[in-house]
Amino acid sequence: MGLLSLAIWVPIAFGVVLLAVGRDEHAKVVRWIALVGAVISFLLTLPLYGQFDTSTATMQFVEKTGWISRFNVNYHLGVDGISFWFVPLTAFITVVVVIAGWEAITQRVNQYMGAFLILSGLMIGVFTALDGLLFYVFFEATLIPMYLIIGIWGGPNKIYAAFKFFLYTLLGSLLMLVALIYLYTKSGGSFDLATWHALPLGSTAQTLLFFAFFAAFAVKVPMWPVHTWLPDVHVEAPTGGSAVLAAIMLKLGAYGFLRFSMPIAPDAAHEWGGFMVALSLIAVVYVGLVAMVQQDMKKLVAYSSVAHMGFVTLGFFIFNDLGVSGGLVQMIAHGFVSGAMFLSIGVLYDRVHSREIASYGGVVNTMPKFAAFALLFAMANCGLPGTAGFVGEWMVILGAVKFNFWIGFAASSALIFGAAYTLWMFKRVYLGPVTNDDVKGLSDINAREFFMLSLLAVAVLYMGLYPKPFTDVMDVSVAELLKHVAVSKLN
Amino acid sequence: MSQTLSASTLLAVPLAPLVGSALAGIFGTRFGGNWIGRKLTHTLTILGVLVAFVLSAATLKSVALDGARFNETLYTWMVVGGLKMEVGFLVDGLTAMMMCVVTFVSLMVHLYTVGYMEEDEGYNRFFSYISLFTFSMLMLVMSNNLLQLFFGWEAVGLVSYLLIGFWFNKPTAIFANMKAFLVNRVGDFGFILGIGLIVAYAGTLNYSEVFAKSGELAQMGFPGTEWMLVTVICICLFVGAMGKSAQFPLHVWLPDSMEGPTPISALIHAATMVTAGIFMVARMSPLFELSDTALNFILVIGSITALFMGFLGIIQNDIKRVVAYSTLSQLGYMTVALGASAYSVAVFHLMTHAFFKALLFLGAGSVIMGVHHNQDIRWMGGLRKYMPITWITSLLGSLALIGTPLFAGFYSKDSIIEAVHFSHLPAAGFANFAVLAGVFVTAFYSFRMYFLVFHGKERFDQNPDAHHDDGHHGHDHHPHESPWVVTVPLVLLAIPSVLIGYLTIQPMLFGDFFKDVIFVNAEKHGAMAELAGIFHGPLQMAMHAFSTAPFWLALAGVVTSYLMYMVFPAVPTAIKRNVMPVFNLLENKYYLDWINENILARGARALGMGLWKVGDQAVIDGTLVNGSWKLVGWVSSIARKGQSGYLYHYALVMILGVFVLMTYFVWLK
Repeated sequence: MGLLSLAIWVPIAFGVVLLAVGRDEHAKVVRWIALVGAVISFLLTLPLYGQFDTSTATMQFVEKTGWISRFNVNYHLGVDGISFWFVPLTAFITVVVVIAGWEAITQRVNQYMGAFLILSGLMIGVFTALDGLLFYVFFEATLIPMYLIIGIWGGPNKIYAAFKFFLYTLLGSLLMLVALIYLYTKSGGSFDLATWHALPLGSTAQTLLFFAFFAAFAVKVPMWPVHTWLPDVHVEAPTGGSAVLAAIMLKLGAYGFLRFSMPIAPDAAHEWGGFMVALSLIAVVYVGLVAMVQQDMKKLVAYSSVAHMGFVTLGFFIFNDLGVSGGLVQMIAHGFVSGAMFLSIGVLYDRVHSREIASYGGVVNTMPKFAAFALLFAMANCGLPGTAGFVGEWMVILGAVKFNFWIGFAASSALIFGAAYTLWMFKRVYLGPVTNDDVKGLSDINAREFFMLSLLAVAVLYMGLYPKPFTDVMDVSVAELLKHVAVSKLN
Repeated sequence: MSQTLSASTLLAVPLAPLVGSALAGIFGTRFGGNWIGRKLTHTLTILGVLVAFVLSAATLKSVALDGARFNETLYTWMVVGGLKMEVGFLVDGLTAMMMCVVTFVSLMVHLYTVGYMEEDEGYNRFFSYISLFTFSMLMLVMSNNLLQLFFGWEAVGLVSYLLIGFWFNKPTAIFANMKAFLVNRVGDFGFILGIGLIVAYAGTLNYSEVFAKSGELAQMGFPGTEWMLVTVICICLFVGAMGKSAQFPLHVWLPDSMEGPTPISALIHAATMVTAGIFMVARMSPLFELSDTALNFILVIGSITALFMGFLGIIQNDIKRVVAYSTLSQLGYMTVALGASAYSVAVFHLMTHAFFKALLFLGAGSVIMGVHHNQDIRWMGGLRKYMPITWITSLLGSLALIGTPLFAGFYSKDSIIEAVHFSHLPAAGFANFAVLAGVFVTAFYSFRMYFLVFHGKERFDQNPDAHHDDGHHGHDHHPHESPWVVTVPLVLLAIPSVLIGYLTIQPMLFGDFFKDVIFVNAEKHGAMAELAGIFHGPLQMAMHAFSTAPFWLALAGVVTSYLMYMVFPAVPTAIKRNVMPVFNLLENKYYLDWINENILARGARALGMGLWKVGDQAVIDGTLVNGSWKLVGWVSSIARKGQSGYLYHYALVMILGVFVLMTYFVWLK
């Protein structure tokens, strides 16, 4: 078995074992097995970095065997500089999420942990699949564990949220299935992504394909105006669910733009680039303003995620290296930062059982250690240099100014909005005198929470201070992608 | 160029305070469980800054005397598509001078803090923050590229945020720090666009590479317009400077920043951080020289700040706010100098101001301690008897500030006034008026404060707001001189406040010190050349001053304030009564805070609320999302009618179907 297969199937195997034999009477053992499984899965992704060749844009660690030979569907995996980082990132976030659910989840522990491990493997499958149908299967399969996580361990309105999540995203991806089948026939019976990338397509076909993929990926990112499921879902999802959703699942959509929309339909991507840029800027400005007035911490961070993901899609559709690399970096950074933001909210929620900003005030007085972490993550969320949050925004803004000053101008407003909604929340929740007895009675984070937040803090600072390892991996593949997209597919 | 500076020594300069900060912040606070005590904390951080200061002084010596220069990359942050983003140092006259100013003032402030923050429970945290600030500021001034400059720029902003909100239980403090951060972000918004344009058109972030391309940049136009590209670049960069260096209308955060403890008002909000904008423009002089439009813009903004912020200083009663408005006004002076292409004069004033303004702030802090944490100058008076060292040093600081001949402030401020006088830009006329009028205003508010605090009747017993805490410990309410850790920094700052101008004007303005740093297009902007023409040594300059307007204006300011506040105290009240509208305008700080809070901030929130309730909830969710599933529900409610489950319905439909098909095939075909 290749490394990528191990990265996919080891967590799934652990998850299945947990589902099969785990019982709440042995919750402690279940948690440890889950942690061991998550850590092993993460460690298995590390040799990938050691062996990754940054000088080539070709797929690496390729595995290919027949799957459904009648339709020429292959179990075909591989990573390049674009997809590489999402493999360890997914495994890393899963470790953090398992630790986060340690005490908060007391019922059906094995199912909760199992769902996350299985989800982790499936998401890695999405990032590594090089076969269209395999991609689709993984892409859709991720919905099931997430649907269950929200629907079982969610808040009071969890059923509505779970359905909204499922239907919204499923509807989007059905159009993608049509596109995949079209490409299959058009390419003479192949689901191979590389074949599709090289396939010449007419103008109308490209536009239709572009929008079919758009339907699937824009919902997932989510881009304005199909973003309204995200705040509702975050509010109801358990802490771990929110963290994985924000940190990894949203990236599946953004990744799809780079892997499918742009290389398969480059002319349409250029033609509709302005449209995509406009939607992205609306996400940055409009959603930034909406985030400012939220009263619920999770909604605020959810809207902030939409705004940050706006930077990702903006970076992609300005078609320059700073923009595309910046978008990718922003995806990774947002994985750490939004994960950290949601886990921080979880720390408070576990104690006070409220997500309302108004329920807090002066938390720093009773939880000084936690407040220090929260400050770091808040600063990362408003893109302070030295944190991960800065790197992607900086690159995308530079790329956007290069592309068109006024687009850069609109995007840079995120500097102000981001700081405004993040710091205002920070002020109301953490600073000031203690406002009520709940806050007065708070106990500071324990060793487990300290460790969990430290993992993310180290990641956030490392990426902010030394992003070179991240961009080095991407550089050649991004250049190759841009070169490919620059060539018209119309004869 | 000789290379006597080593990378490791230079690296030690910012890292020493960083190590101190990290140790104090992690092990000295509740974060790491208070492992190390107060004594060890302040010893470690002071040691860190001391190391930085000694190495900076050594660096200045080799730069000034041996002509040493350093410009190297230390590590590569990242590379994207050939664009290198790096961390590296550029050490020349400007950097070396800034390093010394920053580390010296920081050292004084560290020492002073030992006394000032003695009773505060956040003692160790405070030391951690100010050492972190020193690190960030050093990274900013030592940078050899725009990325690291931006890093330092934001990092000092972060520390400023942390320090203004140091007393996080004080609602005004946590409002002020958020305001400071956000207003600075407005500046950064411009700054990052300026950097973006440089990257887009010069393809590099490195200063020397950018300047090498300035000739090409000068030829380019801004796409889609008639504007020159460099004009847009320079104005964008200057917007960044307006935020950090608190220029009108982005100055609103600085007075509120006085909510922070006094030592940081001296270090951050007077001597160092707020001058980062001035430093940046001076550093970028090869670009700014290319655009007269930008220089005019800078002149206008600087003049407005210099004069109109001075007016506000007149009516303040909070001792720190008087000094804060004075800082704004002086920053305006520096900006005016930049606009007049007298970059070296701006930097010179930056340096002298750092000493005397830090002195004035620390003096104000000493006074605040002496009168038991009262900050209202109406309830002081006669303090010279009780606090002799604070009195003398504050007097020296005030004399330096108003530009008394031979004092440090005289050389820098008079040079600014002369430079503006020689500038031929259209905005120079207004600037000339503003800086001259500003001299009178500065002298007036400075000595108003000085007289009210140190002279006249003792009023500290009459403060109606004084907290009556003598119930439990019956200390007398008499003011007392501060301990030596507070007065020694005052004395050490008073020395350069008096002497530094006399000693350094020759090399800094007319010598070679900034020769390879600051670029002036002498043909177009001849102010510096003309200034050099009339300069015949510092002593003659001081002698000559007695026959020039600024001296008499300053004297008039002092005399007027003496008459109004010492001799005829009824006069100010009468004036206030008679010009109530003017007073109200000043009292409300030209209504800028009102506009910001009620129009901009509230407007943004209202817009956000509207977009959320109408855009997201009503239109997108209400109509499109829920509408579409209502549509599905409606369609399926019709479709459901066809699935009644009754056999005879299905049979009927089947028969009808067969009938239709037969009709079609048999008869119509």
